[in-house]
Formats: sequence, C-alpha cells, structure tokens
Amino acid sequence: MAGEKGVVLLDLWVSPFGQRVRIALAEKGVDYEYKEQDLMNKSELLLKSNPVYKKIPVLLHDGKSICESLIIVQYIDEVWSNKAPLLPAEPLARANARFWADFIDKKVYECATRLWKLKGEEQEVAKKEFIEIFKLLEGELGDKTFFGGESFGFVDLALVPFVAWFYAYETCAKFSMEEECPKIVAWGKRCMERESVSKTLSDPTKVYEFVLFLKKRFGVE
Amino acid sequence: MAAGKGVKLYGMWASPAVRRVEWALKKKGIKYEYIEEDLSNKSFELLQYNPITKQVPVLVHDGKPVMESLVILEYIDEVWKGNPILPKDAYERAKAQFWASFSEDKCRDAVRKVYFAEEEDTKMKAMEHLMEIIRVIDQELKGKKFFGGESIGYLDLVFGWMAFWLGIAEEVASFKVVDSKKFPNFTSWINNFINDPLIRGNLPPRDKTLEFFRNFRKLHLASCK
Repeated sequence: MAGEKGVVLLDLWVSPFGQRVRIALAEKGVDYEYKEQDLMNKSELLLKSNPVYKKIPVLLHDGKSICESLIIVQYIDEVWSNKAPLLPAEPLARANARFWADFIDKKVYECATRLWKLKGEEQEVAKKEFIEIFKLLEGELGDKTFFGGESFGFVDLALVPFVAWFYAYETCAKFSMEEECPKIVAWGKRCMERESVSKTLSDPTKVYEFVLFLKKRFGVE
Repeated sequence: MAAGKGVKLYGMWASPAVRRVEWALKKKGIKYEYIEEDLSNKSFELLQYNPITKQVPVLVHDGKPVMESLVILEYIDEVWKGNPILPKDAYERAKAQFWASFSEDKCRDAVRKVYFAEEEDTKMKAMEHLMEIIRVIDQELKGKKFFGGESIGYLDLVFGWMAFWLGIAEEVASFKVVDSKKFPNFTSWINNFINDPLIRGNLPPRDKTLEFFRNFRKLHLASCK
C-alpha cells in the first residue's frame, strides 16, 4: 500500500458517512477510485486500512489511510484547499461548524436507527427525539440558505446524506418531515440542486428497501 | 450579554473535559476567568451561552461561546498560535483527530460499561473489552514518553482523563485494569503525565473526587432501576 499514488475510497453505496466523503471529493473536483466494500465479508484492504474500527469510509491517499468521515472531510478540505472551502476561515465560525457537525454525529444516526429498529412505545419515544433534534437543527439553520450561510459547507455536508433516509424514517415511524420540519426539507431540496449532492445521495426508495432488508436481518417486523 | 473582553471558562471541578481545557489554556499561557457551575442548578449565563447541550466546559472568548472540549482545543490552537497543540501536517492532524475520537467514543464507553456493571458476568466481559482497548493504547505509546513524544501534546491532553479518572473509576467500582505488567507503556505514561508540571497541581483533590463519583454512580444505578 505504501508508495501507491492517488486517491481511493473504501465505502458502502448507501452509507451516509461515505456519502459525506463523496460529496466533499466532488465539491473539490478530486479524481478518485471508488471501491465498494462487502461488510459481511471484509476485505484485507479494509482490515489493514482501518484495523481499529474495521469500518467504512476509509480514504487512501498516496498510501496513507484516513478514517472517520468528518475527519476525512477535514483532511480533504486542508489538502485540496485551492477550491470550494468546506470549513469557514474564521476560528469562531470553524468552531461553530465543528460543534454542529459533532452534534449531528452524536445524535442523528443513533436516534434514527431506533426509529426503524423499534416498535410501539419505544418507537414513539425515538420519533419524538428525532423531531426534537431536527427542530434544534432548524433553529441553527434559521433563514439562511445553508448552515454555512450563503455557501454550502461542512455542516450541510455532514447532514445532507440523511435527507435520502427521510422517506424510510417517515414510512417506518409514520410521520412527515415536511409537516414537522419544513425548513429542513426546503434546505434539503436546495442542497439537491448541487450536482455533488444529487449525484451522490441514494434514491430514497432504494434506501427504504435497504432499511427493510436490515429489519429482516435484525428480526424486526 | 455584554461582549466583555477576555477569556472565561465555565466548568465543574470534577469534570475531566473541563480540566482538559484548563491544561490547554495553561500550555498556551492564556489568562482566563474560571466560573464554577453547580450542574444541579445551572447558571443563567451557562444556559444562555450553551442552550443546546447545556453542558460544561464552555469557553467564552470576547463574549462568544465555544462548546465541546475537543472543539475548544482546536479553537484555542487556531486563535493563539504559540506553543502549538495539534500537528501542522494535514495527515498527522487527521491521525491525531482519529485517536481523539477513539478516546471519546471507544475508551469512554468501555470504561462506562465496567463502571456501571452490577452483575459479575457483565462486569468480567466489560473488563476484558476495556483491557483490549488499553492494549491498543499501550501499543501506541511504545517507545514514547508521551503521545506527543518528549513533551505533552494534543493526544496527552485528550487521553489525560485516563491518567486520573480511570483510577477513580477503578476504586469506586472495585475493578483493576491498570496493570504495569500487562500494560507497561500505558502505566509509565500515566506516571509521566500526572507528574508533569503542566498537570501536577491541576488535578482535582483525590478524596473529594472519589466521594463525588461514588455518589454519582449510586444515583445513576438507582435511576436505572
């Protein structure tokens, strides 16, 4: 692996974390080789590149491996700094962006997983929490075009892949994001106008099929 | 909220995340005003500055708040350029950030599982898992005095909670994982860290901390029943 030039991304097609990296690479216009991973049968390359977590996404750049999606995005932003800055320049704005990206990382995925994995009362609790999380995000978005202001940036990128999962969440837990968090839905549509996003995000129907597959595998009706 | 000049840190004396920020401020030689918070009765100011998570530490710089200790560390490093904390090279930074998230996610979680385990079976399994984690850290420290090399760096500040609060957890929850035979590098690092002039004298009092976490654990276990 050492001495190999170029950019390689180890990823899973539907992963919102992998999609963050794909959007960042597209925004920067970086050429890379995409390597779809079979997580039921992990490749030697994946195990060697991420021995600690054995997870995707992993970015390989000139033989070096970088793991954890938000860390990878920050790395991409620093290395290909000539185009499309993802993090703001000013330290306070950067800290704010990092805070919200970290908030998204800590809250969204875990809560969303409970939404489709659980039933009855537990699902209702998860649904309530999920809507609360997104209402907080709506508060932060305010009337801005993007979380970063006028430009699409780090926080937008951290959140937007989950937009493709809204249909699956809504169908599993019976609610409407349009009703509960209209500003987020509108923001999602604005993000989809960007080629980097529209070409990366999975089709919501395919995501729903994937969730159904997971439900079967975990024995959830 | 008047945009007062200077640096304020809202914290709680027993919190490792707060100490982490204090060590960083000290390393940089930044003067700050410390405000102790009663977390059972949070101040108006804290809730104004951090309405989202309502937690400490919160750094307030010229009236503007910064939350989450790792975010604060990066902010401090970017604003005050002397005595750098994080590496300059993008790849080295990415590696440092990776290990930082390992500390916050995997390590913390592993310790919590042992700390709150009530049944012997669960506890044994959790201890095995924690020792696996410490083995990884022990390997990383091979041949090094600190994560940062000869002197304390970013990862030492990040992992610093393990040098003191892990010992507290061991005593409060009656378990032992810090073994100098099994983990010689990790054990030496703990000694080097707590005896370093930057850290020594900037740790909470041991007895008071033991009492605090004994109560904290009791309350948590009671609330789970």
